[in-house]
Amino acid sequence: MAKDDTHAYRLIGTRPNRPDGLDKVTGRARYGADMALPGMLHAAVLRSPHAHARITRIDTSRAEALAGVKAVITRADLATGQSGEDWNLTENTLAGEVALYDGHAVAAVAATSKFIAQDALALIDVEYEVLPHLIDVDDAIRPDAIALRPGSADASVPDGSPANVVKQIEFGHGDLDAGFAAADLVREGRYLTEATHQGYIEPHACVAQLGADGKGEMWVCTQGQWYIRKMCAAVLGLEAAQLRVTPSEIGGGFGGKTTIFAEPLALALSRKAGGRPVKLVMSRSEVLRATGPTASASMDVKIGMKRDGTITAALCDFRMQGGAFPGAPVDMALFCALAPYKLDAVKCIGQDVLANRPKAAAYRAPGAPMGAFAVESLIDEMAQELGLDPLEVRLKNAVREGDKSSYGPTFGSIGLVEVLEAVKAHPNLSAPLGPNQGRGIASGYWFNHGGETSVTVAVSEDGGATVSVGTPDIGGSRASIALMVAETFGIGYDDVRVNVVETGALGVNEPTHGSRATFASGKAAVISAKAAISEMCRRAAADWGIEPEAVEWIDGAAVPAGPNAGQFPPLTMAEIAAKMGETGGPISGHHEVTAEGVGASFGAHVVDVEVDSETGKVTILRYLVVQDAGTAIHPAYVEGQYQGGAVQGIGWALNEEYVYGRDGRLQNTVFLDYRIPVASDLPMIDTVIVEVPNPGHPYGVRGVGETGITPPLPAIANAVAAATGVRLRHLPMSPPKVLAALKARG
Amino acid sequence: MARVHLWAGLRRFTDGAEVIEVEGATIAQVFAALRVAHPGLAPFLDGGVSVVVDGALSTNRHAPVGVTSEVFLLQRIKGG
Repeated sequence: MAKDDTHAYRLIGTRPNRPDGLDKVTGRARYGADMALPGMLHAAVLRSPHAHARITRIDTSRAEALAGVKAVITRADLATGQSGEDWNLTENTLAGEVALYDGHAVAAVAATSKFIAQDALALIDVEYEVLPHLIDVDDAIRPDAIALRPGSADASVPDGSPANVVKQIEFGHGDLDAGFAAADLVREGRYLTEATHQGYIEPHACVAQLGADGKGEMWVCTQGQWYIRKMCAAVLGLEAAQLRVTPSEIGGGFGGKTTIFAEPLALALSRKAGGRPVKLVMSRSEVLRATGPTASASMDVKIGMKRDGTITAALCDFRMQGGAFPGAPVDMALFCALAPYKLDAVKCIGQDVLANRPKAAAYRAPGAPMGAFAVESLIDEMAQELGLDPLEVRLKNAVREGDKSSYGPTFGSIGLVEVLEAVKAHPNLSAPLGPNQGRGIASGYWFNHGGETSVTVAVSEDGGATVSVGTPDIGGSRASIALMVAETFGIGYDDVRVNVVETGALGVNEPTHGSRATFASGKAAVISAKAAISEMCRRAAADWGIEPEAVEWIDGAAVPAGPNAGQFPPLTMAEIAAKMGETGGPISGHHEVTAEGVGASFGAHVVDVEVDSETGKVTILRYLVVQDAGTAIHPAYVEGQYQGGAVQGIGWALNEEYVYGRDGRLQNTVFLDYRIPVASDLPMIDTVIVEVPNPGHPYGVRGVGETGITPPLPAIANAVAAATGVRLRHLPMSPPKVLAALKARG
Repeated sequence: MARVHLWAGLRRFTDGAEVIEVEGATIAQVFAALRVAHPGLAPFLDGGVSVVVDGALSTNRHAPVGVTSEVFLLQRIKGG
C-alpha cells in the first residue's frame, strides 16, 4: 500500500524463519538468569517498607555473622560525589539518608545460597523515621505540598513554582486566542492515566564479577550493554573500559531495560566478596515495586473546532510524576499528542513532578500514549457533538510532508494520510455492531530515533557473512538485519548470522530504544556490507589486472563493468572469500555513526468493544492496527510489533494500574493483582502495513516498535463511549469504574 | 544567518526572543554562538537537547547548518 514499486527486492519483504526461533521454543536460549559460574554467590536485596522515611541507623553486623554470608553492602559501598543523572542513579540504586519510595533498596547481601541471603536480610537492623509521602501527581504539585527533594529542579523551572516541579516545558506557535475565537465549538477536559509497568516476562537478572583491581565482567539481560557499563561505572566509581558487559537473550524490555536497577548491587557485592561472581535475579514483586514503570498523568486539553471539523486551536497543559527522580516523559507526551494535526495555533505546557514512587523508566513511546489519550478523546467527543465522522475529521486535519509540526519543525516524508486512507478502506469499518457495542478510532505518532551505532560485517571463509551489532534483539532485528545484509551482498538469508556482541567487541552503541535497531544498526550494516563489497571488487580487479572502478557487484559476484573492462567470468563471494588469506587478508566492513535520516511513523487503530452493563467488563471484539513501516523488511515481525503495541495498550486502557494504599505502599505487586492482558482476553489483532519509504534509509526503513502503543488508549476509550454513551476520562477503564459510570448515567 | 527556534521555557534566558539568529556552519558552531549571545542557555545546551535542522533530526554536532537553515531546539528525545 503506497509501496514504492520502483524497488523489486529479492529478500526484503519475505518472511523467513527467525534466527532465534529454535533456541526459544526448545528452551536453549540463554536468558539473564541462566548464567552460572564456579563459586557463584546469590544476592538478595533489603527494601524500604515505607513510602518516605529517613534512615536513622543501619546495623549489618548480625547479617554478616550468619554462616554463608560473604558480603553485605549499604550506600557506603557506592561511589560519592556524582552529580546530575549519575547522582540520581546512585540514589536509586541504594537509598542514602532517605528512602524515597516503597521498595527502595536499602542494603544487599551475597551468600552461598539464595535462601541464606534472604535469611540474612532479616538480620539487618534498620531504623526509620517515617516522613509524610506524596503519591498522586496533582497532590504533589499543590503549593502546600512537602518538598520531597529540594534542589532537584533544573533551570527550566521558574522561581516560585511548586516545590516538587523539577522540569518545565512550554512551546507553541500562532495566535491561540484568535484560533479559539474562530472556532464554532470549544471544548476542554481533564484526562487522567495511572502508572503502568512494561510487564516484560523476564525479570531483571545478572551475574557480575568485580575484582579489587577494578576489572569486572557482567552477563545481564538488558536493552543496552554500553548504558549498563557507563551507569554501573558511574555508580561504583569504576573506569568504564575495565568493565565488560555481555547481553543475554532478553525476555522483553519495552524501554524498562535501558537503565540500571540492581546491576550495580551485584558488582558491589562481588567486589566486597573478594571478586566471587554474584547472581542477582529480581522477583516479580521487586520488579513491580522497584523498577521503572511509566509516569502517571493529569492532563488538561482545550480544542477549538469549526463546524466542518477544522481544528483552529489547541492547548495542552500536562503534569506527570515519574517517581522520586526527574524523568517523567511529559515533554515527549506533548510533542506527540498533537503531532497528527496541522495546527496554526497551538500551545503546550508541561511539568515533571516528583512523588514517592519508583524511578520511572522509558516505556514504549514514552509519554505518547498518555498524551494521545487526552487529545484523541477530546477530538472524538467534539466530532460526535458536531455530527462529524471522527475518521474524516482526522483526515481533514492530517499533517502532510512540508507541514509545520505542532512542536515546531517541518515534517519530512510521512505517511499519515496513507494510513488514514487505508483505515477507511478496511472492512472492519463496516462490520455491523450490536447492542452495547461501539467502535473507536484514534491516531498516534512516534518520532523514532537514530543514535550512536557501531557495526561490523565480516566475510566468512566460505562466502557467508557474520554481522556484529550492539543492539540487543527485542523485536526481530537480527532477522531484519540478516535480510538487509543478504540483500546487499546478493547471498542467501541463511548465509548471514547476526550476533549481538559484548562491549569489548564494538564501539559504543546506544541501547535498542527509540525503535532504532532495525533502522540504525540495519543502516550501518548495509553500509558495512557495501564496504566489504568494495574490497571484494578491488581484489577481483587485482586478479584480473584491471582497475577496481571497472568492476561491479551483481547478484553476489564481482563482474567486469561492461565489455571494455575485459572478458572475465564472474568471481562469486564464496570464491573471493576462499582466497582472502592469499589476496590481502580478512575482508570486512565496519561503520560507526550517530545515525541520521530517521523517519517518523504514524499509525491509526480501530477497535470494536462490547460493554457488559451488569459487570462493567469491556470485551475487545475486533481490533485493527494500521501503521506506516517505511519498508517492512520482515513483515511478520512488523505485524508482531503492531500487535504487541496494541495488546500493551489494551492492558493500559482496561486494567493495568499501580494501586497504592493510604500508607503509600504498592498494593498489587504480583501479576495476579496487576492484570496484564492474556491470550484469552484478546481477538486476533488485524494489521495493515502501510509502506511510505523513508528516504533516510537505504531500504526505506522507519522504526515500527513504538507507534503501535500510542493509539490504543484513546481508541478504546472512544469505543467505550460509543457503546455506552458515557465518556471515561480516567484510565484504566476497569470493570468497577465502568460500572460506576453506567450507574451514574442511569 | 541560521534562525534558531527556542521552546518557550528558554525565552526567559533570551530577553523573550523566540527566534535567535546566529552565525555557524555546524550545529556545534551555532551552539557556541548561542552560548556567547545568551549565557543562560548554556545549562540546557550542555545538558543535552535534540536538534532539528531543516526538518531533519540531527544528533551529530558537526552536522552542517546552512545560512538560511531553520533550526529547532527540543527537549532531548529518547525512546523505549
